[in-house]
Amino acid sequence: MPTKIEKDSVTGTHTTGHEWDGIKELDTPLPRWWVYVFYACILWAVGYWVLYPSWPYGRDYLRGALGWSMRAEITEDMAAARAAQAGIRGRIEAASLERIVADPDLLTFAIVGGAAAFADNCAPCHGSGGAGAKGYPNLADDDWLWGGSLDAIETTIRYGIRSSHEETRISDMPRFGADELLEPDEIDAVAEYVLSFTGRATDAAAAKRGADIFAENCAACHGDKGEGTQELGAPRLNDAIWLYGGDKATIVETVTNARRGVMPTWVGRLDEATIKMLTVYEHSLGGGT
Amino acid sequence: METNTIMNSVSETVPVEDAVSTKAGGKQPLYAPRIPVYPKRVSGTFRRIKWIALTVLLGIYYLLPWLRWDRGPGAPDQAVLIDMPNRRAYFFFIEIWPQEVYYLVGILILAALGLFFATSLAGRVWCGYACPQTVWTDLFMWVERRVEGDRNARMRLDRKPFGLAKAARKLAKHAIWLVIAFLTGGAWIMYFADAPTVLREIFTLQASETIYFFTGFFTVTTYIMAGWAREQVCTYMCPYARFQGAMLDEDSLVVTYQRWRGEPRGKHKKGTSWEGRGHCVDCNQCVAVCPTGIDIRDGQQLECIGCGLCIDACNGVMDKVGLPRGLITFDTAANQQARAAGKPTRYRLARPRTIIYALLMIIIAGTMLWGLTFRTTLEVSVLRDRSPLFVTLSDGDIRNGYTFKVLNMTREARVYTVALSGLDGATLTIIGATPRDDTSAEVTVKPDSVGTYRLYVRLPRDRVTASSLPLSFVVTDQSTGTTALHQTVFRGP
Repeated sequence: MPTKIEKDSVTGTHTTGHEWDGIKELDTPLPRWWVYVFYACILWAVGYWVLYPSWPYGRDYLRGALGWSMRAEITEDMAAARAAQAGIRGRIEAASLERIVADPDLLTFAIVGGAAAFADNCAPCHGSGGAGAKGYPNLADDDWLWGGSLDAIETTIRYGIRSSHEETRISDMPRFGADELLEPDEIDAVAEYVLSFTGRATDAAAAKRGADIFAENCAACHGDKGEGTQELGAPRLNDAIWLYGGDKATIVETVTNARRGVMPTWVGRLDEATIKMLTVYEHSLGGGT
Repeated sequence: METNTIMNSVSETVPVEDAVSTKAGGKQPLYAPRIPVYPKRVSGTFRRIKWIALTVLLGIYYLLPWLRWDRGPGAPDQAVLIDMPNRRAYFFFIEIWPQEVYYLVGILILAALGLFFATSLAGRVWCGYACPQTVWTDLFMWVERRVEGDRNARMRLDRKPFGLAKAARKLAKHAIWLVIAFLTGGAWIMYFADAPTVLREIFTLQASETIYFFTGFFTVTTYIMAGWAREQVCTYMCPYARFQGAMLDEDSLVVTYQRWRGEPRGKHKKGTSWEGRGHCVDCNQCVAVCPTGIDIRDGQQLECIGCGLCIDACNGVMDKVGLPRGLITFDTAANQQARAAGKPTRYRLARPRTIIYALLMIIIAGTMLWGLTFRTTLEVSVLRDRSPLFVTLSDGDIRNGYTFKVLNMTREARVYTVALSGLDGATLTIIGATPRDDTSAEVTVKPDSVGTYRLYVRLPRDRVTASSLPLSFVVTDQSTGTTALHQTVFRGP
C-alpha cells in the first residue's frame, strides 16, 4: 500500500509511495509521444471494431464495414491456388497415364498431388505411406490383388472393390466352412497344403490330403501352385504377403468364412485429374511394379 | 509546441512548462512534454567525420540497388537483391537459397559483436556516426537549418505567432523532409525487386499494392523518426542506450568533459588570469550543439550518443580564449582519474573484453568465409520413409523407400549420377530416373531448382542381418565431377 508520497530531490519527481527495503519507486511521467501513441492505439481499436468483425451479440456478431471474413479469405486463397494449378491439372486430365509417368514435370506434380489426395481419402484404411493393415492391402509392396499396372490401379480406384458401382471389381470366395462345403478336417488339410507353398507345412500327410481338396475347390481361382489370378482378384498364396495373416489359424478362418473386404468407388467423388494423380502416386509407392 | 490538441485539455489544470515539476500536494501529470532541442551548427574534426560518414552511408543506401551484376540469362542482373517470391537472395557473386539462412545469422552475429567491440573501444560511435537514426536525423537537421536558419533563428521562429512567413518556412521544411522520406522508402523497395522496373511501375501506377504499402510505410516512418522523434528514439525506444553500460568499462574511450581541468567553471573576461579557476568558461556551446540536448559536463549519461560534436564546439571556444584544446575529449574513465591525480596515463585498447570480441569476430567471419569458399552448388537431402519403415516384398526381400532431393543451384540443367554404396547385394530404383545398373541411376534436374524423386532400395531377405544397416548415396554432378555423399540407414524387421 502507498505510504507516503514525497518529492525526490535528485529528479524533482514524486515517488509513488511504494517502498521496498528502502528502495522507493519514482512516479516518472511518460514521454508525451508515448501517451499520444497510446491514445492512437485506442482510436485504432475503435476503428477496428467498426471495420472488422468484432463484438458478438446473441447468435450473431458485428460483421464489420469491410465485410471481411477469414472464411472468405481462405476461399479466395483456395480459388487462387486452384486457378494457378489449372494449367497443369488440365494437362494431367488430358494425358494418358503413360504420358504422365514419362513427363518429369507431370510426374512430379502427380506424385505430390497424389500424395495429398491419398492422405485425404485413402490413408484412413491404407495407412499414411500405403502400408495398409490387416484386411486393408499394403500398396507399397509388389503384390497386387487386382494388378499393379497403371491401368489396373486406375480401374480399382475408379470403381472400387465390391462397391456400389455397377462396374465394381468383384470376387466372391465361397464360405467353405460356414456353408458346409468342406468338413473342418478338410479345411485343416487344405490349410496345411497352402502352408506348403511357402515351405511351412508341419504335417506332411495332411498337406498331401489337402492337395486334392485344393485342386478341386481352390485351384480354379488361386492357381495350381497358389500363384493367384489378378483378373479374378484371387490372391497369391505362395509368397510372403498375406492380407489377413499367413499363420495356419488365420488361413483356416479365411477358408471357413471367406473374406469380403470392400473398397468404395471414387469415380464421381474425385475429379479425373485427382484419380490420375492418385494412380500415379500409388504406382510409385509400389516402386512402379 | 505546435500540435498539442489532446493535451490542451489537460494543460488547463497543469501548465505544460510545469509538467515535470511538482507542486506541493498536487498530482503529477500523465506525461512529460518533450523539451525541444535546437542543435546549433558546428564545425570541426568530428563534424567532418560525420559528414563523410553520412555521405558514404547514404550513397551506399541509395545507389547500391542500381548496381548491375551479370549472372547470365534467366537470372536477375541486380547486384544486391532479395527476391522474396522466388526465395533467393543475391549479393554480387553470392546466391543464397532459403536453407542457407545461416549466412544471415552469421552476419547478424558479426554485427552484434562488431557493435560490442566498437563500444568497448570507443563508446557509442555506432550511435554517433553510423546508426540510420543518426544519419537521417542529421540529414533532416541540415535541411531544417537551410530552411529555418540556425539555432537562434529557429527558436525565434518557433516563438513567433503563426503567420504567412512562418507557414511558408514550415511548409517548405516538411515538404523537403517528405521528399527525402519518400526517396528513402522508395529506395528500400529497390532491394526487394528489380530497381529500374519498380521505379517505372511506381510512377506509372502499375506497381503492386505491396510496393505502394511499403514505400508509404517507410516514407511515414522516416518522416516521423528523423523529423519529429529524433533523439527520443535513442532515449526511449532504442534498447541499446539502456545496455551500453554493460559494454563500457573504465578503459573505454568516451566523450568526456575533463572535470579536473574545467572546474570551477565560470565566465571569463579577456585579459584576466586563469589562476584559481577552471578552464570551462560556461559558454554553453557544448549544450547548444548537442543533438540530444544534454550537458556533457554532467558526465556520462544514457542520452549521449557519442557523436563528439560538443568536442568540436568546445575546441572552437578554447581556440578563441587561447587555451589548449581538449577540455571535452574522447578519453577513458581510468585516465581521467589518473590525470586528476597527476599520475601517468595509459590506454589499454587490448584487454580481455576487446580481445574476446575480436577473436569471436574472427572465428565467425572465418567460418562464414570457409563456408562460402567451399560452398557447393550441389546439395542432396534424403528423407527415409517413416511409414512404413520397410516393406516386405512377395519373395521375402525387404525394400525401403526414400524421398530424395537434389538441389541444383546452378543456372543450367545438370545430370547427376546417384549411386548406392555400403550395402552389399542391395539394388536401387528411382522413379523417373534413367537406370544405369543395379546400384546407380541418372537424374536430370532443371536449372536453379530442386529435383524430388522417390527412391527405393531392395535387399534380399538373407542379407538383412540387423534391423538397421548403414548405407550411403553418392551423387555426382556429371559435368563438374562434384560429389555429395549422404549417409542414411536401411531398416528391416
